[in-house]
Amino acid sequence: MEHNHITLPEGSIEKTTTTLNIGPTHPATHGVFQNIMEVDGERVVSSEQTVGYIHRAFEKLAERRPLYQITTITDRLNYCSSPINNMGWHITCEKFLNIETPKRVDYLRVIIMELARISDHLICNSIVGVDTGAYTGFLYVMQYRELIYEIYEEICGSRLTTNMGRIGGFERNFTNTAFTKLEKFLNEYPKVLKEFESLFTRNRIFMERTQGTGGISAERAMNYGFTGPNLRAAGVDYDVRVHQPYSSYQDFNFTVPVGTTGDNYDRFLVRNAEMWESISIIRQAYEKVQAFKGADAEVFHADVPEYYLPKKEDVYTKMEALIWHFKIIMGEIDLPKGQIYCPVEGGNGELGFYLISDGGRTPFRLHFRRPCFIYYQAYTELIKGGMLSDAVVTMSSLNLIAGELDA
Amino acid sequence: MSLSNEMVQEKLIAKFGDQVSQFATSYGMLSFESPKEMNLKVLQFLYDEPSLEFTFLTDICAVNYPNQKGAELVVVYHLHNLKENIRVRYSVSTSLENTDVYTATKLFESANWMERETYDFFGINFVGHPNLKRILNVDEMDYFPLRKEFPLEDQTRIDKDDEMFGRG
Repeated sequence: MEHNHITLPEGSIEKTTTTLNIGPTHPATHGVFQNIMEVDGERVVSSEQTVGYIHRAFEKLAERRPLYQITTITDRLNYCSSPINNMGWHITCEKFLNIETPKRVDYLRVIIMELARISDHLICNSIVGVDTGAYTGFLYVMQYRELIYEIYEEICGSRLTTNMGRIGGFERNFTNTAFTKLEKFLNEYPKVLKEFESLFTRNRIFMERTQGTGGISAERAMNYGFTGPNLRAAGVDYDVRVHQPYSSYQDFNFTVPVGTTGDNYDRFLVRNAEMWESISIIRQAYEKVQAFKGADAEVFHADVPEYYLPKKEDVYTKMEALIWHFKIIMGEIDLPKGQIYCPVEGGNGELGFYLISDGGRTPFRLHFRRPCFIYYQAYTELIKGGMLSDAVVTMSSLNLIAGELDA
Repeated sequence: MSLSNEMVQEKLIAKFGDQVSQFATSYGMLSFESPKEMNLKVLQFLYDEPSLEFTFLTDICAVNYPNQKGAELVVVYHLHNLKENIRVRYSVSTSLENTDVYTATKLFESANWMERETYDFFGINFVGHPNLKRILNVDEMDYFPLRKEFPLEDQTRIDKDDEMFGRG
């Protein structure tokens, strides 16, 4: 009976696998994710994910906020591309309230949403690079994300949680600096993306690390509710921008890149190809915006005084503006009754807003369809039987954003 | 060729008669209801029927209507036919006393976490779910926070020390 003070769990001597706990905070998870894995040597036998570490009850919070105050909540979903969430929310509200936005607003929104998509894919792909051992790409492209953030800053004053735009359009017109920076981006970024691709796409180490790992078939991906680049990498050409165009996406020419195997390499390729498409869409949109002349070039919001906050100068000098300002700020505008589900193509998939109103001032219920919450459950299947080091790459190539996952 | 809301409605009525009801179209999306015992039959029919093929489950969520006695909780399914690009909204309602609803996990893998989330926030008991436990909230929680009976904090309360947030 000597030295018998350590009691091991039953069966732990006979067990041939090891339980490994990765996360909630771990350098390889890029966010607050916990995985409890059973590993046999370096092979993953099974895993269980724990989510919810940064749950903030957005859906409950939204039930007490008037529509325009919910924009700040959407910022904090997928914070790598928050303008898409903001615009998605505004587009939902506009559809719900039957507000028609001017074409110029749509095109400006397209520019911003595609910039956001580039910054989202850029982070995801360069992180895949980091996890396979190539830090260079990540550091190099980061300055272009910085440039995108500077453009946001020029438009709305903030960088990460942008709270950009209003129901009906933007809070102010784009400045010349914003357009100059956009031109700089359009001139310089393609070269950088080309270099980024030449670092990875045909790099033997990168290919061997990513090809054939974390793959999924098209049927399984659809059954698991995959959307966005992850679904397209498996070979299904579903893109909300094409299937259910919003913000005048039908006016643009672009292709929807698809992969075949749904593995990490295809996801990487699809995201890269989408960045090229996004650049082309931004070019087209910028051309269309420049074509507006005279008074048309000053349009940056729809004429909806019930929901669009008036200019501050007008509030001080004009009766109408003061009334609307007061009504909006005090939340005295009742919504119509009804339900709407409105999806947009977010950075990592179909971001849906399901809004139910009972005629009150705030939503009766608001549900966010968060793409990565839905496809993260496939992670167990994706990594089963693979190497532990590939599981890390698979996780980053799925583009999981903890803020969106946990809402 | 192309499927319309009316055709979906006709096919559902032809198959289930008056057990599917409350057909309505809002913002272009067809919505309908059925008794909760029917949910798997309806979902399976929508999935299998060659001309319908609603094989993509977009979303499951629940809504709490405290004033609808006996049908306080409503589970809402959003389904999508990707080929024809048409969506439907299907809902079943259940009472607070008996929140059993059959699980859709055998049909859609994606329903697993969506149903766990719905259970977590509304307490819908998905019968047959492989792993029905809380997902976003802590396991020790003993209430269902998105039900209307749990109000948000009273904004006018004064018993709280908010000094740290500059409101002291």
